[in-house]
Amino acid sequence: MKSIKTWILVGFATLLLVACGQGGGGAGSKKSKTLENTKKAGFVKCGVSQGLPGFSNADASGNWSGIDVDVCRAVAAAVLGDADKVKYTPLSAKERFTALTSGEIDVLARNTTWTLSRDADIGLTFVGVNFYDGQGFMVRKNSGINSVNDFKNGISACTNTGTTTELNMRDFFNSKNISYEPIAFEKADEVVQAYDAGRCDTYTTDKSGLAAQRTKMSNPDEHKVLPETISKEPLGPVVRQGDAVWEDIVRWSLNTMIEAEEYGVNSSNASSLKDSENPAIKRLVGAEGELGAAFGLDNDWSLRIIEQVGNYGESYKKHIADTGILPNRGPNQLWTKGGILYVPPAR
Amino acid sequence: MILKKFNIENKKVRDLIPQAITVLALLSVIIYFATNAQINMGNRGISFGFGFLNQEASFDITFSMIEYDGSHSYGRAFLVGLLNTILVSVIGIFFATIMGVVVGISRLSDNYLIAKVAEWYVEIFRNIPLILQIFFWYFAALRALPLPENGISFNDISFLTIKGWYVPKFIWTNFNIFLLSVIAAFIAIYFINSYATKQREQFGKQIPTTIISLTTLLLIPLITFLFLGVSLTFEYPVLKQLSPTVFTYAGGVSIIPELIALALALSMYTATFIAENVRAGILGVGKGQKEAAASIGLNKNQILKLVVMPQALRIIIPPTTNQYLNLTKNSSLAAAIAYPDIVLVFAGTALMQTGRAIEIISITMLTYLTLSISISIFMNWYNKKMAIKEK
Repeated sequence: MKSIKTWILVGFATLLLVACGQGGGGAGSKKSKTLENTKKAGFVKCGVSQGLPGFSNADASGNWSGIDVDVCRAVAAAVLGDADKVKYTPLSAKERFTALTSGEIDVLARNTTWTLSRDADIGLTFVGVNFYDGQGFMVRKNSGINSVNDFKNGISACTNTGTTTELNMRDFFNSKNISYEPIAFEKADEVVQAYDAGRCDTYTTDKSGLAAQRTKMSNPDEHKVLPETISKEPLGPVVRQGDAVWEDIVRWSLNTMIEAEEYGVNSSNASSLKDSENPAIKRLVGAEGELGAAFGLDNDWSLRIIEQVGNYGESYKKHIADTGILPNRGPNQLWTKGGILYVPPAR
Repeated sequence: MILKKFNIENKKVRDLIPQAITVLALLSVIIYFATNAQINMGNRGISFGFGFLNQEASFDITFSMIEYDGSHSYGRAFLVGLLNTILVSVIGIFFATIMGVVVGISRLSDNYLIAKVAEWYVEIFRNIPLILQIFFWYFAALRALPLPENGISFNDISFLTIKGWYVPKFIWTNFNIFLLSVIAAFIAIYFINSYATKQREQFGKQIPTTIISLTTLLLIPLITFLFLGVSLTFEYPVLKQLSPTVFTYAGGVSIIPELIALALALSMYTATFIAENVRAGILGVGKGQKEAAASIGLNKNQILKLVVMPQALRIIIPPTTNQYLNLTKNSSLAAAIAYPDIVLVFAGTALMQTGRAIEIISITMLTYLTLSISISIFMNWYNKKMAIKEK
């Protein structure tokens, strides 16, 4: 009996040692492992929020929509030819970066603020900005608070944990010398519920988030967003560090949408513009140049993005403006129309 | 002779081989995972280290038992979270035990109503997932509480509101002397009790230790108030207006609703399991034991205290230890309702701000392991103390 046990153990140990010998290679990146894997899997693995109207929100039948979701769809259209081939993973603020660095997702499009420490420190690369935001405060209309200058010592503020909001809030209240009670929840839904119940006097997060969450309150008209913006929050898609080709694909998928709006190319007129006079438009719809080859894609990649997802303006109108979240585009207008959306030329 | 000796050696070696291989295999697995993680982190440009613990945390925490603000380090934030976890666990274990014992005994009551109520309580609360109970107590109970301006007042010194339970703050002078006197009282009680035990065992004399102990505990600290300059004053919470409709209480201490909801949910839930342990323990003591005790003239209280409980405890303690461990680990659900425990503060906010997932999760796991093992060791010691002493 004993000898059998011994042999089983020996066998087990040997197997393990062999496994060790083979393992350990990890992710050695050659060309674009992520692109290869995505093509093999047949879908883009995209991390989104757990439900933020206008950015990434699932309807009753589980279909995701929003401007962040459109970034995922654009990548899928470019890489796989079908914008619907996306697997969405809803992530909390706390889980999002680990999910990305561990390879559970390949693109993180989850209203994530681009900051130096995130970009440089934790193995991430931000590829651009799809929404320029800033942190604000929401209060009850009847509170008599009309500006952040009306805040007094002892105010309680609800927010999300694991976000830049938590840090900005401290900077803000410290600079105003106001003592406050910070209450930080893991999920946005709980923040809304707690604020709605009266646990806190103000709710602070990105202004777009405030506008979107206000729609979830039991009585949205009782609340208002204060005029002040206390921080810069450039939100954009993120990829893992170390796969330059994949990074470029995601960056230029987003840029294509913005550039398409700039040149007036949209989902309905894109294919008819193949013989446009303007070479920039021709490049966008794949009628001139060999731009896709640089990423290992065909030449129609950008045309598919515009046709299947639309340009940035269409996406904004559909998800943010028409839903009543932020009808005014503010800084998220093209640079040619007084906003700050400006992307490098696709050529 | 030599051959025989060799044989013995050989047998020893043979016995050792499987164990050595097991250890080796285990080590290989750990080394494999460690190197794999290291290589992957290297590839993604993530460094490994614990230096971040000394960096400024730069986020604030609602509720802390030690001095803390965002200018302190991540290490300090860890300590705040750990203390909050311990606080809610201790409160939870305390109330779960009391409720568990009461409900467990009630289930055996001859009174039909009491027994049925206890049974329904157990069946309802142990069969609903804990996280839902936490949400229930937090959101349902929270909405039922009034805003500060209409707070439920207890004699105008304490107020229960949606923003928390505001209680008076204790302001001590010469607190150290008072603390020493309490310790002295406990030492005195210990000696009184051991003297009483000796008297009972040697001469069969009964000394009313409970009353003497209580008097000692009151008397010695009282002396410090009267003669040694210890004094206690209270700072009462006062309603403060922040804007035309926003109010809060200033002064006093605020027990945050997150703590109340979490402690309530944890103890209500765990009490059901403890109640079942208590019931099992009492039923586990043979009927003959009680009858024998009655036949030698012990009264009802003495039977329970001297005969039933000592034997029942032996059955109750080991499974109840498990429940204490569960409660401590379950307290990590705090993150859902913003109670700043170690998971929310350290494995949540700190992890997010630093991105040090592996380091922080390892520290957190190790912390829970240490907490659990400490409870285990204490309960094992207590169990041994209560075990049958063979004479």
